[in-house]
Amino acid sequence: MYDFAYEKPKDVGAAAAALKGEAKLLAGGQTLIPTLKQRLARPSKLIDLGAVAALAGISVSGNVAKIGAMTRHAAVADNADVKKAIPALAALAGGIGDPQVRNSGTIGGSLANNDPAADYPAAVLGLGATIETNKRKIEADAFFKGMFETALGADEVIVAVHFPAPKRAAYTKFKNPASRYAIVGVFVAETATGVRVAVTGAGPCVFRATALEQSLAKNFSAWAVEGYAHPAKGLNADIHASADYRAHLIGVMAKRAVAAAK
Amino acid sequence: MSATGIGAAVRRKEDFRFITGQGTYVDDINRPGQTHAYFLRSPHAHAKLRNVDIAKASKMPGVVAILTGADVAAAKLGGLPCGWLIHSKDGSPMKEPPHPILVADKVRHVGDNVAVVIAESYAQAKDAAAAIEVDYQVLPAVPTIDAAEKAGALVHDDVAGNVCYDWHLGDKAATDAAFAKAANVTKLDIVNNRLIPNAIEPRAAIAEYDRASDAYTVYTTTQNPHVIRLLMGAFVLQLPEHKLRIVAPDVGGGFGSKIFLYAEETVLTWASKKVGRPIRWTAERSESFLTDAHGRDHVTHAELALDKNGKFLALRVSTKANLGAYLSTFGSSVPTYLYATLLAGQYTTPVIYAEVKSFFTNSTAVDAYRGAGRPEATFILESIVNKAAAEMKIDQVEIRRRNFIQPNQFPYQTPVALQYDIGNYEATMAEALKVSDYAGFEKRRAEAKSRGKLRGIGVSAYIEACGIAPSNIAGALGARAGLYEAAEVRFHPTGSVSVFTGSHAHGQGHETTFAQVVADKLGVPFESIDIVHGDTNKVLFGMGTYGSRSLAVGGTALVKACDKIIAKGKKIAAHLLEAAEADIEFKAGKFSVAGTDKGVTMGEVAFAAYVPHKYPLDKLEPGLNENAFYDPANFTFPAGTYVCEVEIDPDTGTTQVVSFVAVDDFGKIVNPMIVEGQVHGGLVQGLGQAMIENAVYDANGQLQSGSFMDYGMPRADMVPSFKVSTKETACTHNLLGVKGCGEAGAIGSPAAFMNAVKDALAPVGVSHIEMPATPHRIWQAIRSKGMKQAAE
Repeated sequence: MYDFAYEKPKDVGAAAAALKGEAKLLAGGQTLIPTLKQRLARPSKLIDLGAVAALAGISVSGNVAKIGAMTRHAAVADNADVKKAIPALAALAGGIGDPQVRNSGTIGGSLANNDPAADYPAAVLGLGATIETNKRKIEADAFFKGMFETALGADEVIVAVHFPAPKRAAYTKFKNPASRYAIVGVFVAETATGVRVAVTGAGPCVFRATALEQSLAKNFSAWAVEGYAHPAKGLNADIHASADYRAHLIGVMAKRAVAAAK
Repeated sequence: MSATGIGAAVRRKEDFRFITGQGTYVDDINRPGQTHAYFLRSPHAHAKLRNVDIAKASKMPGVVAILTGADVAAAKLGGLPCGWLIHSKDGSPMKEPPHPILVADKVRHVGDNVAVVIAESYAQAKDAAAAIEVDYQVLPAVPTIDAAEKAGALVHDDVAGNVCYDWHLGDKAATDAAFAKAANVTKLDIVNNRLIPNAIEPRAAIAEYDRASDAYTVYTTTQNPHVIRLLMGAFVLQLPEHKLRIVAPDVGGGFGSKIFLYAEETVLTWASKKVGRPIRWTAERSESFLTDAHGRDHVTHAELALDKNGKFLALRVSTKANLGAYLSTFGSSVPTYLYATLLAGQYTTPVIYAEVKSFFTNSTAVDAYRGAGRPEATFILESIVNKAAAEMKIDQVEIRRRNFIQPNQFPYQTPVALQYDIGNYEATMAEALKVSDYAGFEKRRAEAKSRGKLRGIGVSAYIEACGIAPSNIAGALGARAGLYEAAEVRFHPTGSVSVFTGSHAHGQGHETTFAQVVADKLGVPFESIDIVHGDTNKVLFGMGTYGSRSLAVGGTALVKACDKIIAKGKKIAAHLLEAAEADIEFKAGKFSVAGTDKGVTMGEVAFAAYVPHKYPLDKLEPGLNENAFYDPANFTFPAGTYVCEVEIDPDTGTTQVVSFVAVDDFGKIVNPMIVEGQVHGGLVQGLGQAMIENAVYDANGQLQSGSFMDYGMPRADMVPSFKVSTKETACTHNLLGVKGCGEAGAIGSPAAFMNAVKDALAPVGVSHIEMPATPHRIWQAIRSKGMKQAAE
């Protein structure tokens, strides 16, 4: 990696203040550190969020689970309150990467990076979560802008994510045989405001499958999505999966998620 | 059988240091005053080097030296040699274009070495390398066999058509004649996918030059230190053996990729004298992907002629092999003598003709990788046998049974040069069928169908040839090295033993297995024996470890040395016991006078040899230290039957291996636990090839599967708990009766898996699918059939 300056602030304000020029926030480092090691990025400074106590922690009150930005995936997966309120979210967190990744990677890091094959964006969009930053609250539908692109401003720091508990939900993913990232991951939720279906891995950015949502709104059952054919246009294609295959898998994963929803 | 002798499942003594982090790998070694090397590699698959400007880079902080292809050319160093000369059909020798250690004229694959930067730190070396200005004139690339054959560009300007050789084996006329009489001819076009070895320890080297002794020491990750000394010293750097010491300490896996002499350790050795300080280098994982020799990469058309009863009449095979950009150390021999000679398999096919055309391409060099040629042969044969069975509506087991070489036919001369010494193929198959409940399969298929799953069962009856030999025949066929092994058994005065072997362990457990052999032969406690390997200054000589040869060849050399110890021990014991040498018997560590209770232990004999107070000094030298070389009379021929059962989810194309049974005949077994571990590892590697591993180049020669994000490595959750067992026919021509077990799993399993997948897909009309049979490919195959059916 190239040389960089390093800062470890104690609060969000100091972190945001340091976020100037080519400075980068370091959360769990599961993407950033490998990128640095391969000399694919050259930040002037790393702002390590590891000491910002206010960013970590989980609280479930009423109908909402609040997960601090620096909460590790393993903590979400193992949290009894989350498991009870939103079992699909705990299960999704427990299926990210491997144990090493789950004990280092954070929800804030994952969302800010917005990898097209990441799992968390599917839960955030599928549950209609709200992303709280040091400046504002951003609805999930307005947060994910494109490949590795979000609505976050230059000096904006994710503080927490608020997940409303759904009536029922599930996440099913088809893993890349090599990396085990999602080739297609589908998060299905029946929420207070309607049925939401979020798809990750298949396109350049997580998106909602509105046709599926409409079918499921009429009848929330696996039968309702039987034979669903998602258009392949605009989906990713690589050495692992064609756009056609991804399109097909959206239907299959959605059906399985609906069947598993609880 | 003793608790630690031959046949005992002794726990691996080397594991204590490995699992407690006490192993010493090359990267663990640090030398005083060491510098760090970074290799500047080509980002292009094919480009002329118009200029390499190091002026700016040389002034960067910490830079000690920068060397380029121009420096190598000026020093008149040799290129990396190829160890096997293949002759084409027309008698002409293969094309051997130079394989420079640093390129001066043009780069031929992504990762080709352009320059080395030596600096005070690795980061400084890397920074300086980024400042080297290289003017590339990018040329069209031919990374694949198909592209190379169309000759859009020449990898080596003087190798027409990119063809290294066009070789053949077998009787073409007799084969053609047999085909003319066939009741059925089965045809198969099939690809053997390219693999990247991915040993867990990347290649690494530290080279240092000692001015006082004018000698070099190189610590390097090799499977065969003496071979490296010979190749690097004699062929490239012109250094005599006594001035070049090669040390291969603990090595973290090789699978073939660490047999070969590579540019990096050679450059480091050369540069260490120029720099006057030790130089170290450890490959990054991305460098391993680009520069460790790859495996396989064949495209084959095969035809099998059968009579009306399903008896094989003849086999015709035409293969195109990708050698990569340069001839690696044994690259030429893998698709020829290690491949076509195995095409008889376990069958009595009377005539076989094979032709192999090998191409240079703009890709990483291809060489031996676990199995080396034998998996490719087995895959073709076991695939076409199943295809023929399906065409003729004969069960896959029955067709094999009708064609097996029978136990009373050994020694059996195949039409492709090999003579099998012994085997019992029906025995291993019968056991595999029993364990896998082959007879009950259709019930399981029906049950799976009721759950919407496609279930299939596949059989693969493989043979392999281990311990390539004898040297004189191999030499006549083009091998440029001997293929024997050396061993030394050195007793110390108080009875402990150091054993020196030319075999090298990098995961195989030799320190345990070889100690068991010596404990068994000499009756010395297992704990009193240490196995020393991997250092040319300690071990007298060695050809190293590859081709499942260590026990069959290295172990036999060891037995020969033990026999010499016993012979000398008898003389010493006769003197101590005041008896005639002819009356001395040796058993379980004790020399005794036949028919009496008089005796001395091996320990007492060793002590007498080193403290020769009561000793026949007039007739016998003191000391107890013997060495032996062993050059086998023949290969050994492990064989077995694997049965794989899979279940496919047609909605996603996902395949689950629900059962895998392996029944192998490895001859005598020294340590059944280690053998089982070797089989497990081999099976997973073979299943990896069949299920997800695939090296993919794009049209520009960029490696698209250049990291673990895109190159699928097999994982524990992809395989079931293997059911592994053995049957035994002892090898007839080595002293241990052993055959070798290191590669069998990787040789036999791809065809077993693929036959199972094809069996599962047959009901939906899919008859062919290539490796790796990824979910994507399986889904596509099912879907294309569905579309065809819908259209019809």
